[in-house]
Amino acid sequence: MSMLTKTGDASSRGGAGESSTAPLLEVRDLHVEFHTRDGVAKAVNGVTYDVSAGETLAVLGESGSGKSVTAQAIMGILDMPPGKISQGEILFRGRDMLRMSGEERRKIRGQKIAMIFQDALSALNPVLSVGYQLGEMFRVHQGASRKEAKAKAIELMDRVRIPAARQRVGDFPHQFSGGMRQRIMIAMALALEPDLIIADEPTTALDVTVQAQVMELLAELQNEYQMGLILITHDLGVVADVADKIAVMYAGRIVETAPVQDIYRRPAHPYTKGLLESIPRLDRKGQELYAIKGLPPNLLHIPPGCAFNPRCPRAQDVCRADVPPLHPVTEQDGTELPGRGSACHFWKETLDA
Amino acid sequence: MPDQIEKTTPDPVGAAGAITDAAVTGAATAAPKREKARSLGSDAWYDLRRNPVFVISALLILFLVVVSIWPGLFSSTSPNDCDITKSRHTAESGHPFGYNLQGCDVYARTVYGARASVTVGVCVTVGVALLGGILGGLAGFFGGWWDSILSRITDIFFGIPILLGGLVFLSVINSRSIWVVMGFMIALAWPQISRIARGSVISAKQQDYVQAARALGAGTGRIMLRHILPNAVAPVIVVATIALGTFVSLEATLSFLGVGLEAPTVSWGMDISTAAVQYRNAPHMLLYPAGALSITVLAFIMLGDAVRDALDPKLR
Amino acid sequence: MGRYVIRRLLQMVPVFLGTTFLIFIMVYALGDPVLAFFGDRTPDDATLAAKRHELGLDKPMWEQYVTYMGNVFTGDFGTAFNGQKVTELMGHAFPITIRLTLVAITIEIVFGVGLGLLAGLRRGRIADSSTLIFTLIVISIPTFVTGYLLQYFLAVEWKVIDPAVSADANFSELIVPGFVLAGVSLAYVTRLTRTSIVENLRADYLRTAVAKGLPRRRVITVHLLRNSLIPVVTHLGTDLGLLMGGALVTERIFNIQGVGFQLWNGVLRQNSQTVVGFVTILVLIFLLANLLVDLLYAVLDPRIRYA
Repeated sequence: MSMLTKTGDASSRGGAGESSTAPLLEVRDLHVEFHTRDGVAKAVNGVTYDVSAGETLAVLGESGSGKSVTAQAIMGILDMPPGKISQGEILFRGRDMLRMSGEERRKIRGQKIAMIFQDALSALNPVLSVGYQLGEMFRVHQGASRKEAKAKAIELMDRVRIPAARQRVGDFPHQFSGGMRQRIMIAMALALEPDLIIADEPTTALDVTVQAQVMELLAELQNEYQMGLILITHDLGVVADVADKIAVMYAGRIVETAPVQDIYRRPAHPYTKGLLESIPRLDRKGQELYAIKGLPPNLLHIPPGCAFNPRCPRAQDVCRADVPPLHPVTEQDGTELPGRGSACHFWKETLDA
Repeated sequence: MPDQIEKTTPDPVGAAGAITDAAVTGAATAAPKREKARSLGSDAWYDLRRNPVFVISALLILFLVVVSIWPGLFSSTSPNDCDITKSRHTAESGHPFGYNLQGCDVYARTVYGARASVTVGVCVTVGVALLGGILGGLAGFFGGWWDSILSRITDIFFGIPILLGGLVFLSVINSRSIWVVMGFMIALAWPQISRIARGSVISAKQQDYVQAARALGAGTGRIMLRHILPNAVAPVIVVATIALGTFVSLEATLSFLGVGLEAPTVSWGMDISTAAVQYRNAPHMLLYPAGALSITVLAFIMLGDAVRDALDPKLR
Repeated sequence: MGRYVIRRLLQMVPVFLGTTFLIFIMVYALGDPVLAFFGDRTPDDATLAAKRHELGLDKPMWEQYVTYMGNVFTGDFGTAFNGQKVTELMGHAFPITIRLTLVAITIEIVFGVGLGLLAGLRRGRIADSSTLIFTLIVISIPTFVTGYLLQYFLAVEWKVIDPAVSADANFSELIVPGFVLAGVSLAYVTRLTRTSIVENLRADYLRTAVAKGLPRRRVITVHLLRNSLIPVVTHLGTDLGLLMGGALVTERIFNIQGVGFQLWNGVLRQNSQTVVGFVTILVLIFLLANLLVDLLYAVLDPRIRYA
């Protein structure tokens, strides 16, 4: 699977309907705030990204960077209030979902866009059998009978390689191991063969060995069904194997976008660079491990200018005053680097450092 | 509110709650970091001061306490200074609530009745919280046969519905002072608190920080006082405060049934009981003490609500 | 499950014996049942002693208790003050009180769960605040006050019902007393349901249910209610036992000749046999209700498995 050919083309925007070149999902200038007792927390501040069919977008960021909130906004499961989408559009196949009726959105959920949650134990209903919860998808969206739904649930469980599916279909979530539970979550998301899957840290709660298995399964199924996948994670290691392109988020903004290989070779934002350098590597054994100094910003009081400036080794006065836009990243000679962007005033210097 | 998740609220549910907390951080990625860490106590106090329910109930209770300590300030008539010829008379100058069956001034009796209700409510609550808290806490902390024996004793006392027990026990006691009634109420009401204290001590005991303290070599006494007590005491306070109102109500019910307080103590429950015989002709005899009793219970229940909201934000 | 039930039933035995012994001591040690036999007459000491001996009251307390319990297990609860068998009184009283309790529980379920669901789903809005205020008021007004107020308005002022319930105590006559009996508990059920709904609304699996594209009605009935009602059902179970004891007050106000009424008479006439007999049965019901609650828990929540 070639990485670059599948990269979404940012120039082909617009409400072109279901044309094959249009991205499956486009998020445009999304702003989300939370109104809390201590003030307004600006969780997402102008996020723009897109995913096409068969493509995997990895959204990378620390907790509090707004990556999950963006996903919840897409899914329509944001808690409102206290959350509020103050600005922006979310286009699914060219139509703004934020303007759809509740019923229209509901029909998209599960059927067209599905979500995999981080912690399957709490995301699955503890008092209903997994077979019931899987079959529910068919019963609600396709009007299947109880019997049909159960048969399809068993089929799904087989599909995600749960051993003895027929015997275990009546078991409850707590009776499965962590990895198996996550497979059930994946099965549930896959049930109606949606166009897009959003996976919110799907492997964070799992053991490392199980992590790889689950990621492999997810990538394989995505490839088979040619689904778009938004993979939300804070783990750079997970990203490298499965993603086509990456969006790095910080304090509710995208600070860098790039095809997956490029970002590892030549990051164009000091934050990305810091993240990469803080991965332990065998070839640098014996050296001190790099750590980004400071803490993620308080979303109630995001620093003026570039939100990363208090922690940035490159910060100048301009970083404390002006918010950097997402600059298109090019070579020194002006050769365009497709799909690349960096929200840093000093992206050139960072790229070549 | 997303900021609740960031709080270091001790989790009475224990380990299961910890998993959920970790899971919701996804939703709470937007949650702001607190400016400064607040302790549960100061946070609760902050919540309380801003809660109108608390302010209203606290003022009401303050007023009730003043009335019960210095009833003479509010009524110059003695509650037991009765004139049978005025039996069931309605309001007249100087006697705004009229007279009851025995010709006693209803206003004075309503004022003087506050003392019994407030005393019973506060003393029984403190007694129950101490007795139940200590017994339940010890059972939870030491476990083993201690726990088995204490739990069975708790079950035995829990097995007697309190009103039923009141009717049976108190009816055979010939002179019931306020202390006897309160003692009885404590004796039958403590199991509820004991069970809660036991449960919260057990869940606190299993928390990681307690294991950590133990691993660091902290002694039993230190673990009990510094690590478990502060975290187990909140549920006890919550349940005890909510129970306060019901104890006031219970005393009145026992007095109403004729097995609670006795004259010359003035009790709203007793007055309601005597008024009830003739209330169809003279409803005022019933309404004033009943109103005062209801407002008192309401004030304490509201206080309990506010305290629970402040100490256990999960329930809001 | 079967083994668990047996273990629990065995555990209940010492608790049952302990509780009834406690009651036995209180009634027999502090009261003087013998005096009651003579009414207003004051018998001489010799007569008293003879009567005591006849009734076995001169034996040690534990021996009397064992004798009593032995009799109880053969179905002999003794004789009431009017010479009737206590079991005969029970035969009349319990069906009435059970009917009253059923009416009260039904009211609690219908109104308590309904209001709680409404308030929980509309958290922070007017429906929620008014429900909260309503429950506060209901909890604050003691049962006997509510009872007299309802009786005064419905029976005396508006003449909708009869002030006293007839000896038959039909279901229709028991509706108003049922409301009075249910009152405070109804308010607790409402608040418990609301709390539970609000808590579960935040749960991850509810978010999953929404993300699955389920219609709102299904999210609420299948996922939210099913989980939220677990603590409510257990509360109702415990209540079942408490309500039967709580019927004391309600039965007195509406002159219902149920358990509370008989117990009250037993106390007034110092008839120990009646009092201990009725209380023993009530304690047994209370303990069984608590066992039922634990079993229901296991049925409703598959995470709980009893070995």
